[in-house]
Amino acid sequence: MTGVLPVTLEDSTKIVQALLHSGKEYVCVMKLHGDVEETPVKKVLAEFQDQIYQRPPLRASVKRQLRTRRIYYIDFLEIDGRNVLFKVGCEGGTYIRKLCYDIGEILGVGAHMQELRRTLAGPFTENKNCVRLHDVAYWFLEWQEKKDPNILRKFIQPMETALALVPKIMVRDSAVDALCHGANLNAPGILAAETGVTKGAMVAILTLKGEAIALAKTLISTEEILNLKHGTVATLQRVVMPRGTYPKVWKSGKAK
Amino acid sequence: MPRTAPPWETKRELLVKAEDTTNPEHGHKPSERPVAEYVRYGVINLDKPAGPTSHEVAAWTKKIMHLTRIGHGGTLEALSA
Repeated sequence: MTGVLPVTLEDSTKIVQALLHSGKEYVCVMKLHGDVEETPVKKVLAEFQDQIYQRPPLRASVKRQLRTRRIYYIDFLEIDGRNVLFKVGCEGGTYIRKLCYDIGEILGVGAHMQELRRTLAGPFTENKNCVRLHDVAYWFLEWQEKKDPNILRKFIQPMETALALVPKIMVRDSAVDALCHGANLNAPGILAAETGVTKGAMVAILTLKGEAIALAKTLISTEEILNLKHGTVATLQRVVMPRGTYPKVWKSGKAK
Repeated sequence: MPRTAPPWETKRELLVKAEDTTNPEHGHKPSERPVAEYVRYGVINLDKPAGPTSHEVAAWTKKIMHLTRIGHGGTLEALSA
């Protein structure tokens, strides 16, 4: 199976969870085990465009318990004999192999996943800056010879790209180092917040320069954040920025 | 069911709470990081080939670039796994 596989290098690995739970889009070839007309295939595909129940397949890397996943859309593309080509946009953690199997069951003839290509993983798509392993090997060697940083920029993107779909909160320089030490995010340090932050959601905390500091879990929504004067806004989940990047400005407790 | 808008189509707006400036002496814009940091805080949008597993592909990338740590977002199963 081929397609978009975002790879995080070194310290950016700390934000990989933002990608794991992000939505995915695939193009899939499903092989039917019997002859079915185009109309019923289309009809059944459309039925799966919904919240679905899925039990992870035998060979899976997660606990095999029934869970729900949202299929945002299924677009029928083509049918050729027993091969059905479709595009599916779904929540992270949806098994397409299982989806094909289930579609086959509903159609009554059985089916399996023949081929799969991931065309999108969160903010990454196959059409934008998607590179092959050969390119990585070639450009890396070229960089080692010429030491031109522009060569690295051809295939490596800043980790903030991976956070493009996560709602963001921008903070003051003076709040940065405390966050790097794992402190909660408090209202006075906040300069701006993106719309669509809901209570309990994952947010990315950035500096005014746009550098990622940490991933956090919010305790309140965007509207509440903008009106809050004091108190905790979010608790940190993962810190990426090393301590000392920005100066420490807080006073520590009582003088001894 | 009608099509649901996927999360990657969500448009967000940045709402300002307070104004402040940032000191250019500390940190860097993500696109202007010095080379070593650029790699350390970098992500590759890799086109996984058919055959090897996602873990193998990530491990190869690590080896090619002489890295110490690597991760990947969402396993794409190998061919006929």
